Amino acid sequence: MVSAVLASRVERAWAALDEVPDPEVPALSVRDLGIVRDVVDHGAELEVVLTPTYSGCPATEVIERGVLDALHAQGLGPARATLRRAPAWTTDWISAEGRRKLHEYGIAPPGPADAEGYQPVRIVRRQPAIACPRCGSAHTERTSAFGSTACKALYRCLDCLEPFEYFKPI
Amino acid sequence: MQSIAIKNDPAVQYLLRIGDTVLVLAQRLAEWTGHAPVLEEDIALANMALDLVGQARAVLTRAGELEGAGHDEDQLAFLRDERDYRNVTLVELPRGDFAVTVLRNAMMATFLRLLWDELRHSSDAELAAIAGKALKEARYHQQHAADWVVRLGQGTDESARRMGAAVELLWRYSAELFDSDAVEDHAAHTGLGPRWSELVDAWEAEMHALLGEAGVDLPAASTFRSGGKRGVHSEHMGYLLADMQYLQRAYPGGVW
Repeated sequence: MVSAVLASRVERAWAALDEVPDPEVPALSVRDLGIVRDVVDHGAELEVVLTPTYSGCPATEVIERGVLDALHAQGLGPARATLRRAPAWTTDWISAEGRRKLHEYGIAPPGPADAEGYQPVRIVRRQPAIACPRCGSAHTERTSAFGSTACKALYRCLDCLEPFEYFKPI
Repeated sequence: MQSIAIKNDPAVQYLLRIGDTVLVLAQRLAEWTGHAPVLEEDIALANMALDLVGQARAVLTRAGELEGAGHDEDQLAFLRDERDYRNVTLVELPRGDFAVTVLRNAMMATFLRLLWDELRHSSDAELAAIAGKALKEARYHQQHAADWVVRLGQGTDESARRMGAAVELLWRYSAELFDSDAVEDHAAHTGLGPRWSELVDAWEAEMHALLGEAGVDLPAASTFRSGGKRGVHSEHMGYLLADMQYLQRAYPGGVW
């Protein structure tokens, strides 16, 4: 594995972060989710820059620990995690690979964030048609605006009748 | 456990108005956990409370940094006395029935969305960053609450009656939101954030459109002014704080 030997500390760190699951959506790695914004080699230590998903996401501290544990396990420490709030995280940062994994896991991946981002609140609203991740039908309905975690809503497919989750675009 | 005293600095006071408003609203929403009319709303109210607590943590942390007296988010949330809380009175009122809760959520989320939108341009980079995230959350909260206001207003005679009663009860507390003073003048001059009075036209336009759609009449204008932003609270605040602060007062410094 010549390449592994020659890979820089930063490259090896990114590879290690591919293996750190998001605690609430374990199908995705923290890298897939787009919350790892940068890895910087300061010589004495490695800095991992994280951007939190939701203000109140209870997983933030667990993620930080998971990231540091993974880097130490690979002998890449000492490392520290820093928080970067701006620009705010958006579901547009979820990678193509991440979207594929979400779909496979049974969670409908988010549409583009701008579609819902800053448009004014509509009093009588048409829900965007979300395709069922199981059968692909767009004949679905929202059953709850909020789900098991801050980032998801609940839907039901009216064709295959299965309930599923939708990753809300923000 | 002894209470902490807060420096009377206008920038700190401005941040406390924001941080305390979202914190106390979160406390009231969390009271619904296990009690909401349907499971979906139980989850929704708890989710919104969680977003608000996250926003409160970030803003109170920043307030503590600006104060420079070494107070962290927990000390600010749990160790102040009632008069040192600067939340608007509207958020501390009892949660009432579901109509009161969703109307208050609509009033506050509409207000907070407008405020966070302005705060994205704050001269304080940390506050601007917090606002960038919170704005997205407030928008989702506003949409959800607005759906319910219309649904209750246009629902059965009973749900419409309750929404009407909620408007009658809560509307007069909205004046305080837009009552600006020296603290907000200072924020406007330093670029920390807007005078809240600047948000009144946009807020009224959105709320009038919403209540019009819900078929609810607005009460006549009132001269009543609540004073939570200046630390003068309603009779409900002490009970709320007793509940919220109990653990830290009984077990000082306790952590998860």
